[in-house]
Amino acid sequence: MMQEALESTYSVLGRDFANAGRVSTQIKDTLKRLGVHPTVVRRIAIVSYEAEMNLVMYATRGKVLLNVSSEDITLRIDDEGPGIQDINLAMQEGYSTATPEMREMGFGAGMGLPNIKKNADEFNISSEIGRGTRLVIRVRQAA
Amino acid sequence: MPSTTTVKQLTLADVRDILDAEVLNGDDLNVMVIAVGAADLLSDVLATSKTGTLLLTGLLSTQVIRTAIVADLCGVVFVRGKKPGEDILSLARESKIPVLSTRFKMFEASGRIYSALAESTESK
Repeated sequence: MMQEALESTYSVLGRDFANAGRVSTQIKDTLKRLGVHPTVVRRIAIVSYEAEMNLVMYATRGKVLLNVSSEDITLRIDDEGPGIQDINLAMQEGYSTATPEMREMGFGAGMGLPNIKKNADEFNISSEIGRGTRLVIRVRQAA
Repeated sequence: MPSTTTVKQLTLADVRDILDAEVLNGDDLNVMVIAVGAADLLSDVLATSKTGTLLLTGLLSTQVIRTAIVADLCGVVFVRGKKPGEDILSLARESKIPVLSTRFKMFEASGRIYSALAESTESK
């Protein structure tokens, strides 16, 4: 699969519910344009969207870095926010600290991080209380 | 979306007729529906739907359309006579996501589509 390498950064603002998800649809368009396999595009789009919603719901602001190489696609999501108290707990399906406002949008049921992990070939999460969270996800290009 | 059903042959135009639905966006309803699911929890849709799924939902939010874009859904039906606002519809038009609205409640809308599929399978 011949593809040009690409790296771009997108900014996401916390609490900006009107635009939540926009960056993920842009990332999806970019990957489609590059000719990435539709299954891979969909997996990255889902990962990106869940992560973007988490960022908007919980953090003050953050950045999404997209890196495309011929072998894989990497997303790195860095946010400035409260951080995650207990990552093992946050990884459990159904565990959530969401507000009713978040749930009204169809999110915040404790499915986001497990969904992200499910769609990733490599998944890395680190967090510092009071500082923020970093998520690194890698999806291999379809052989 | 626990109630996802894989369908044999159904188009969005069939769904419009079965649900007596109003078409709020979508010029061409000759689109194959690959599967049907009913959910208000978008994380469930993202976790369990497949490409080409039609989503029945009672949730009015722009995130429904963004979920449809991200998960490659073939369309969205708002149940119980819910009419999406202009913010939702303009995003749907922009991203070419077909949107229907039916007066039937989620359970009844799901049942109608399920019955139609069962009939079409029996008649074969």
